Amino acid sequence: MRDFDDIRRDLAAGTATVESITRDYLASIGRQSGLNAFLAVFSESAVEAAREVDRKRSNGTAGSLAGMVVSVKDVLAMKGERLTCGSKILDGFIAPYDATVIARLRAADAVLIGKCNMDEFAMGSSTEHSAFGRVHLPEDEARVPGGSSGGSAVAVSAGMSTASLGSDTGGSIRQPAAFTGVVGLKPTYGRVSRYGLVAFASSFDTIGPFASRVRDAAHVLQTIAGYDPYDATSSAVPVPEYASALTGEVKGLKIGIPREYFGPGLNDEIRSAVDAALRTLREHGAAVTEVSLPHTEYTIAAYYVLATAEASSNLARFDGTRYGFRAPEAAELNGLYVRSRTEGFGPEVQRRIMLGTYVLSAGYYDAYYRKAQKVRRLIAQDFDRVFAAVDCLLTPTTPTTAFRAGEKTDNPLAMYLSDIYTTSANLAGIPGISVPVGRDRRGLPIGVQILGKKFDESTILRVADVLESAHAQ
Amino acid sequence: MPWDERYEAVIGLEIHAQLLTETKAFCGCSTKFGDSPNANVCPVCLGLPGVLPVPNRTMVEFAIRMGLATDCTIAPRSLFARKNYFYPDLPKGYQISQYEEPICTGGAITIRLPNGAQKRIGITRIHMEEDAGKSIHDRGNDTLVDLNRCGVPLIEIVSEPDMRSPREAYLFMTAIRQRVTYLGICDGNLEEGSLRCDANVSVRRVGDTAFGTKTEVKNLNSFRFVEKALEYEVNRQIGLLESGRRVVQETLLWDADREVCVPMRSKEEAHDYRYFPDPDLAPVLVDADWIARVKSELPEMPERRRDRYVRDFQLPEYDAEVLTTERPVAEYFDAVVGAMKSRTTETRKLASNWVMGDVLRVANEQHVTVSDIPVAPERLAAMIDLVIDGTISGKIAKEVFDIMMTDPDAPASIVRKRGLVQVSDTSAIEQVIDAILRSHAPQVEQYRAGKQQVFGFFVGETMKAMKGKANPAVVNEILRRKLAS
Repeated sequence: MRDFDDIRRDLAAGTATVESITRDYLASIGRQSGLNAFLAVFSESAVEAAREVDRKRSNGTAGSLAGMVVSVKDVLAMKGERLTCGSKILDGFIAPYDATVIARLRAADAVLIGKCNMDEFAMGSSTEHSAFGRVHLPEDEARVPGGSSGGSAVAVSAGMSTASLGSDTGGSIRQPAAFTGVVGLKPTYGRVSRYGLVAFASSFDTIGPFASRVRDAAHVLQTIAGYDPYDATSSAVPVPEYASALTGEVKGLKIGIPREYFGPGLNDEIRSAVDAALRTLREHGAAVTEVSLPHTEYTIAAYYVLATAEASSNLARFDGTRYGFRAPEAAELNGLYVRSRTEGFGPEVQRRIMLGTYVLSAGYYDAYYRKAQKVRRLIAQDFDRVFAAVDCLLTPTTPTTAFRAGEKTDNPLAMYLSDIYTTSANLAGIPGISVPVGRDRRGLPIGVQILGKKFDESTILRVADVLESAHAQ
Repeated sequence: MPWDERYEAVIGLEIHAQLLTETKAFCGCSTKFGDSPNANVCPVCLGLPGVLPVPNRTMVEFAIRMGLATDCTIAPRSLFARKNYFYPDLPKGYQISQYEEPICTGGAITIRLPNGAQKRIGITRIHMEEDAGKSIHDRGNDTLVDLNRCGVPLIEIVSEPDMRSPREAYLFMTAIRQRVTYLGICDGNLEEGSLRCDANVSVRRVGDTAFGTKTEVKNLNSFRFVEKALEYEVNRQIGLLESGRRVVQETLLWDADREVCVPMRSKEEAHDYRYFPDPDLAPVLVDADWIARVKSELPEMPERRRDRYVRDFQLPEYDAEVLTTERPVAEYFDAVVGAMKSRTTETRKLASNWVMGDVLRVANEQHVTVSDIPVAPERLAAMIDLVIDGTISGKIAKEVFDIMMTDPDAPASIVRKRGLVQVSDTSAIEQVIDAILRSHAPQVEQYRAGKQQVFGFFVGETMKAMKGKANPAVVNEILRRKLAS
């Protein structure tokens, strides 16, 4: 994998241009089309954009990401491009505007190379629930790359872009990052504008980078983070210099190990990899202590009540009347809605819409939605409490390494549990990063997760950077 | 139409007032009424994938204004919620509204009953929400959708079931309209749908304390309909009870053409709106400073103004009522009084007569608000001053007022220019003329002998004697009469 430092070195040495780098990536995408990681490749506009960046480089006006080639999950609006969300229901829809993160990447002179495959509407943990076919894990094509941002993860791990933007609602950046052996960062809720991100669960959705290196993830976050007047939930907390946090030092840092994350169901090889990571951090002078997040066991239940409730409302706009797929035979209004949505949405999306509709229904709201909100507060308080004592938490990212395609598609609950270690960060709104620390005996990547305090991406990036240096292969 | 007096009506109103903000509730689109369909739309109010709402601060401020003007408690923290339902003029599939934690609660306003008594009508809550678009069903087989209105901010004012007759409901709605227009937050225009009203209606035997089964009557979009529709519905419910049947809880639509309430199709009303807090919007936070500022900027409310006119100006109740019904009229009147040189009970009453009479007449004729008629309050005050100081008569003043409609000159110079200075005192002129005729007997004889040129001599003498203030026309007229006799 070619990282941004490599690229900048080559550019500085004159051995490459942004155009040649972009063409290399386009060729790589072409060679690996069988992985099905991309839903759209901007063969022409990416080269044009690259030439423009080269021009800017020659007159010294190029932006901070000049030379970085970025792919984006197809859940983000890009002006003039199709926006599918991995769904048939957005058939033919062209976004008339840029998401804020896209506008910021453009402004920093990143080259946008294509849009990545994903679980439909970001609902899934394997990228098998795409209307455009599943994404394959490069290491073993019979396996899944995780999800829902599986296309983005593979786009980075298979060298088809320097970095990629994904979205993380319950683990959809970190889990596929772990499965594919790349870095995946979920920022604090509110750190990155959601404007232009097609909502799955608005109070959980975050946009973050995939990259081959922690440093590159920091560069991308630097570009996309910060207040946006178009997102009322974006935060005005100042954005620090993330790259300068990567000191290689963790001496004196207090790292918590939440005991609830090491229960039955955790694969032994992953457990050993986490232990190895802990040894590394201790050797670097970090203090490691066991902590407890007592409400962890309610995470998945609370998440699937609240996220589906929000989704049931967020996805109401896809009704066949104004854009996207419309059932051709429908004769009257209600039939148009029912048939368009039944034929346009895949089974996992329909399952979640029904679940969410149910928990918001008259007579059930208090028992489900309101109760789940209380659980969410308790989980957030768990984190507040431990973060009074430690600077960050270290956990496995996933209970297993990449599983085989089809293994969990008939068992939604088993699929949901593959996000068991990642989802609590979305309930609490805190940042998390998955960094690769090795491989299992089958050669499948293993990731560890570092969870941090709200708006303290710097610390988790710093810890991840140390682990990356020690465990990179 | 009066109903069976053994029954009383129990009525609560839900009034939607469209707010006079420049831009929509959650995006920057114009709120202008009457533009070509779907001209004022953007990705946000079209509900395109990926967009987010950003609340309009002026909408919140307007809601606070109405809350303060109706003695509500303003919540320091209120929540936007989503009301979920499918309809083609609702692009997101939900309407952003407020549900469990509205911005204003627990207020009241006082209405004046026809017998002069005052009655307090409780206000349960006032909340903010966005309007839906407009579905147009009468173009062939298709339904057309205009989303210009979609996202325009509204407040919904929910009353307590405190009204006991359609008349009271009418008076309440009038009072709400008066308030929102006084506050400058809504134009109160029912024809354009700026103010819309739904009613909850039940009846019960006089003396009963329990409520009867209620129906909801929608589409009460004119002051005339409110009373008519509610009378119809009250009589219908009494009729049902009297014939031993029951009132069924349902939603009815007022059909203005047939003048009946017709049940909505059950499919249209069978909604579970699945309200929940909108996760795209942070809680609305209103601190004490904001409330204090809005309070300090509130205009004088109509009843306070009315009391002031009666108490301080000694105006008759009737005048005070007419002058305060609409804020521009009251402000016009205040400006007239403020600019007049003489401010006594009599002169204020004179000003009141002018505003209630010619000013309102002209405004009505020209279909403009009083502030837009060609006679500004300051000019009217200057003219009334001329009446008070005797420069012109009340009768001439009417003439001057009409001239002022097209002549922008100051009233005094109009009067001078057109020779309209007081001539009603013909006896003074007569006295002068009599004296002149007496002292010029030979000339009188000459005139009567047929020497017409002498007439000019008499006019000149008279004008000289009156230092030019006499109206030549009047002088001519008197002279001709005297000389002829």
